[in-house]
Amino acid sequence: MLRDITLGQYMPGNTVVHRLDPRTKILLTVVYIAMIFCVTSPVWYVIPLLYLALCAKLAGISLKQLLKAVKPLRFLLILTFLLNLFFSTGTTILIHWGFFKITKEGLMTAIHFSMRLIFLVAGTSVLTLTTSPIALCDGIEVLFKPLSKIGFPAHELAMMMTIALRFIPTLIEEADKIMKAQMARGADFESGNLLKRAKAMVPLLVPLFVSAFRRAGELAMAMEARCYHGGEGRTRMRVLRFTMNDAYAALVTIAALLLTIFCGMWLK
Amino acid sequence: MEQQQATPIVLDQACYQYDEQDETLAVDHVTLSVEKGSFVAVLGHNGSGKSTMAKLMNAIYLPTEGKVMVCGMDTTSEEDVWSIRKHAGMVFQNPDNQIVANVVREDVAFGLENLGVPREEMLPRIDEALSAVRMTERADSAPHMLSGGQKQRVAIAGVLAMQPDVMIMDEATAMLDPSGRKDVLATVHRLNKESGMTVVWITHYMEEAATADRVVVLDSGKAVMDGTPAQVFSRVEEIKALGLDVPPMAELALRLRNAGLPLEENILTVTDMVKELKKTLCPSKSST
Repeated sequence: MLRDITLGQYMPGNTVVHRLDPRTKILLTVVYIAMIFCVTSPVWYVIPLLYLALCAKLAGISLKQLLKAVKPLRFLLILTFLLNLFFSTGTTILIHWGFFKITKEGLMTAIHFSMRLIFLVAGTSVLTLTTSPIALCDGIEVLFKPLSKIGFPAHELAMMMTIALRFIPTLIEEADKIMKAQMARGADFESGNLLKRAKAMVPLLVPLFVSAFRRAGELAMAMEARCYHGGEGRTRMRVLRFTMNDAYAALVTIAALLLTIFCGMWLK
Repeated sequence: MEQQQATPIVLDQACYQYDEQDETLAVDHVTLSVEKGSFVAVLGHNGSGKSTMAKLMNAIYLPTEGKVMVCGMDTTSEEDVWSIRKHAGMVFQNPDNQIVANVVREDVAFGLENLGVPREEMLPRIDEALSAVRMTERADSAPHMLSGGQKQRVAIAGVLAMQPDVMIMDEATAMLDPSGRKDVLATVHRLNKESGMTVVWITHYMEEAATADRVVVLDSGKAVMDGTPAQVFSRVEEIKALGLDVPPMAELALRLRNAGLPLEENILTVTDMVKELKKTLCPSKSST
């Protein structure tokens, strides 16, 4: 029952977007986020919308997949919308009903903030849908490397993420084994209410943690036996290379950003 | 150059004590030298100190007394520690807990990356190491998709790629099924024969120790026996007293000798036994 957990959202593929350098994708996602925050009125979400549509089309991501990524946020979205709707100050009153009043400005702000949230999540999920976790780790390591001069553990962070990814299937397998062993001795993980089931997980988590710590100790020893001594003087087998596609992607994204800024400033 | 010529591993009265309060020595004044190109099995039951001894051989543990030399380098010298670990590669017991990367090829690369080997040199060395353990086809697999024996072969490849002088197998087969065990043992034997790799094979299976050139038996941290498998296993009574098994044929030979048959002492396998019995029982037939 634990086997079918997928790692992140990554959808393997071989499209132009998949093949982009992870560094490009991470940086352009940052640019995209900046773009979202430059939108000044709900109308101009049309630019990120077109941009996102282009990315999704090129990456072979369907609207359904994007909506699925936004779905976990639905409660936050509703909350944001309602709070902005009722508690924004404005002058043009649309509906006045007892204690509640909805103003035109409030409605616009509510739409604006909800759109911002949707676009943020949908856009960043294009990154995670098209980039494998390993590539993401690599990208993050290289991008943060300059920061290691001021003591930021870029290499260590990437190594930790790689090891975590490597051990997820191993630990899932182990959890499965412990669960079966306990079920064989009468443990019940599947019935009862949420609290009861959560409680039933405790005897599963304790041995899992103990064994994870034992594994960590052994792995550290094995890594040291293979001469691991941090990121210094280390070479890499996997190398990241920029291609012309990365340049095109950067051009398109920056153009979209400039257009958004322009629209926000002059075309109110 | 001198370093290359040095004996891969020399233990000189080496001791290791886990706890300062506790006087017991996990390794107790062991003197041993492993010759280049040899296949040495270290046999002992649980708690005999064999794993501790393995960890002394590549500076994971430092001797609390005595000396351990790897390819002419003293393991206590701090500046040599990475060089020592490059020369003395180690494969551990649990296949899951020594694979670092998400892809077989990248795991083999891990040691080379740590040594700072340039990428162009790395790729052929990885391919070579993978083909030496017959894992080329699985180079792009995820480690958790492999069997235990295959994972251990990947771990061996990871060590091989670093081009060590000696491979220390710390109970590398203890967690495998019988076919995986056979597979890994055969792989290491082949490396030993074909490329002259020096092997220290730590185990509690006497069947595995019987295939070595030399067997060292450890008991409570002391090296109590040392010799060829035939020499060691012919001392059936002593080995049994240490709580270890002897090959069934060695035991049968002992019983037959006790019953009055003048058999030789170096019988380990059924083939040996058949040959020896033919020679003893029908001397005329075996000569024809």
